[in-house]
Amino acid sequence: MRFFIFLLMVFMLALPAKAVNPDEVLTDPVLEQRAREISTKLRCLVCQNQSIDDSDAQLAKDLRVLVRERLTAGDDDTAVVDFVVDRYGEYVLLKPRLGGHTLLLWSSPFVAFGFGLLALFFLRRRSDEDAAAAAQLSNEEEAALNQILNKRD
Amino acid sequence: MIVELGHYALILALVLTLLQSVVPIWGARIGDQRLMETAAPLSLMQFLLVGLSFAILMHGYLVSDFSIKNVYENSHTDKPLIFKISGTWGNHEGSMLMWIVILSFFGALVAAFGRYLPLKLKANVLGVQGWIGVAFLMFLIFTSNPFERLSPAPAEGQDLNPLLQDIGLAIHPPLLYLGYVGFSITFSFAIAALLEGKLDSAWARWVRPWALLAWMFLTIGISMGSYWAYYELGWGGWWFWDPVENASFMPWLAGTALLHSAIVVEKRNALRVWTVLLAILTFSLSLLGTFLVRSGVLTSVHSFATDPTRGIVILGILIIFIGGSLALFAWRSSSLTQGGLFAPVSREGALVLNNLFLSAATATVLIGTLYPLAYEAVTGAKISVGPPFFNLTMVPLTIPLLLAMPFGPFMTWKRGDLLGVMQRLLTALGLAIAAAFTVYVMTNDGPVLAPLGIAVGVWMIVGSISEILWRAKAFQTDFSETLRRLRHLPRASYGAALGHAGMGVTMLGAVAVTAYGTEVFEEIKPGQSIETAGYTMTFKAIRPERHANYVQDVGVFEVSYKGQVLDELTPAKRLYPARQFPTTESSIATYGFSQLYMSLGDVQKDGTAVVRAYWKPYVTLIWYGTILMFIGGALSLADRRLRIGVPKRGQANAASLQAAE
Repeated sequence: MRFFIFLLMVFMLALPAKAVNPDEVLTDPVLEQRAREISTKLRCLVCQNQSIDDSDAQLAKDLRVLVRERLTAGDDDTAVVDFVVDRYGEYVLLKPRLGGHTLLLWSSPFVAFGFGLLALFFLRRRSDEDAAAAAQLSNEEEAALNQILNKRD
Repeated sequence: MIVELGHYALILALVLTLLQSVVPIWGARIGDQRLMETAAPLSLMQFLLVGLSFAILMHGYLVSDFSIKNVYENSHTDKPLIFKISGTWGNHEGSMLMWIVILSFFGALVAAFGRYLPLKLKANVLGVQGWIGVAFLMFLIFTSNPFERLSPAPAEGQDLNPLLQDIGLAIHPPLLYLGYVGFSITFSFAIAALLEGKLDSAWARWVRPWALLAWMFLTIGISMGSYWAYYELGWGGWWFWDPVENASFMPWLAGTALLHSAIVVEKRNALRVWTVLLAILTFSLSLLGTFLVRSGVLTSVHSFATDPTRGIVILGILIIFIGGSLALFAWRSSSLTQGGLFAPVSREGALVLNNLFLSAATATVLIGTLYPLAYEAVTGAKISVGPPFFNLTMVPLTIPLLLAMPFGPFMTWKRGDLLGVMQRLLTALGLAIAAAFTVYVMTNDGPVLAPLGIAVGVWMIVGSISEILWRAKAFQTDFSETLRRLRHLPRASYGAALGHAGMGVTMLGAVAVTAYGTEVFEEIKPGQSIETAGYTMTFKAIRPERHANYVQDVGVFEVSYKGQVLDELTPAKRLYPARQFPTTESSIATYGFSQLYMSLGDVQKDGTAVVRAYWKPYVTLIWYGTILMFIGGALSLADRRLRIGVPKRGQANAASLQAAE
């Protein structure tokens, strides 16, 4: 039992607590709110797809503290994000920047929707034409019809 | 010995499945009835053999037979019984075996209950089902054999990943797989239709229940996974736009579209080519999901082993099936003619709109999920596509769809009357506006858009109820007539209304918890307390506990509201010694539809700990909504029309034979 408790303690100390810790929180609630919002958009680089706001990794903690330091120093939100991106690369952004390299990504909803609309438009026109074509009798059908009508006469 | 029997059953199943994938389809081509009739018994045998082999693997877990490498790597004698059972599929090999069991289960269902299916269609469907079976059985036997032995057998196992030692593992993967793999049936029907070049409304009548069944299980499977993540990960998030979640969300979106387009094929014989394509795409997305999760391209709690050769094999299967079926589609789809004209404003039009939005949403999730992989492969640089991207793009794609949803069921086929429908939805509109206004007045913080989100949810729920009342002519005729009409409404109508209302309920929960949830975290000592949303949590003590396969520090908290003690919450920090793995165990109290959620951080020597408490207003509505959707699906499935609506071909044939004599 003691041994397990000891192990438990070792691990507890090694593992920082879940996400934002009380000791990191800024006294200014407005700044703190901004820090939280920025944090949800930055990736914890050593975790699986977690923001630094959710992650309990040491690196995430360091980044959270860094964000708060920059905010306290008077940086605006964009400057803080730029500061982090300059050091860790664009990989750190959970929302990639709009640019040549992400054009395909950001345009995907519009392209998909637009493509669907276009397809509908053309299919509709084609089915209208088909319907129009179906309304007209072919030469053979006309001949057959005439034959039947002539017989009756 | 028994283990070798399981291995042998698997290999025998492969041989039979090889036959199943060739003989019936060949029979259908040359019109040989005896060859076609082999499909059903082969499918049933395949299911029995694969099922036997799965039972034997589970037996290995139950008796802790560590001579099986798979059991040694993922089990422990001290593990509770339930986790010994669920541990069978809590690893790569076992979960792939379960995938195949469910695949052959669905094949066996078609074989057993498809008595009235046209013989040729049945032979082709089961044959295609055989193709999938062969691919995955070969994958399992040659790259991921669950029956590999160890000699000498180790005395003790390495235990299961603690995050998976949860009732969630017993529930979530089987349900999810029933959904994923269920779409293999609609895929097989689509391929069979292309092979035969024949697709009529009887085909749609057969496809729809299978699509519905798969969709129901996928819905509830995703929902259970979401609740599992919610309580397991320790901070109460319920959807993360994690690639693995997206992998299950894409087939859900496409499957939802399929469900709706199949209605148009059945009732109006239109959208046939599109429905076939959608059936192919939905299962392709299921395969893609399996690839993403199983290959180790994405690492997460879901991927148990990262072995590149396995990834390449699954990628190969993926390319052959998706590429092959799309090529077949391109080649043969022109043989399926379009039929059934309709005006843009009509039931068909509404269902097309549904498909347009759902397809665009599927495409967006697909590109968002694969973009980082493709980007890294092309440029070598890494990029993240996370929740902010998906929230930003998915909201504009889903809100119009949700707003339009109540209109659909009111529309008549061929040509609808938008103005008339608007009038019938006035009550729903009024209540939605009233709800938004009430929420706006009652809350003084939270996002500006939140009341509108609530309004959308109310609009969807009341709109769905209005439709049922309208069909029953409520308030327009006397009460007994309304009751009579309510009794005689088809179950499918109730099912659709319940499904739609369930979506609204989920929407309400999601908006409420996102906009009005609160969070508090402080470092406190026993005796002190924290507060949120009017609830006070008093830290009573730290209680160390020792269990069979883990030890934990439990924080004991007394919850009180306005001086009245309500509950005791016991969040814990747990350690699994076998793997040296710590976990955070949250503790939740439910009040009505809302929950109080607590988790425990570091515990210092003097008992001081970082304590987190979250107030999650109406959060359970998220999952209750999906349960309503599931029940709605079940009601639709129980509809008389789907059960006995298919003309009994056997009798018709007998009659025509007699006439001929």
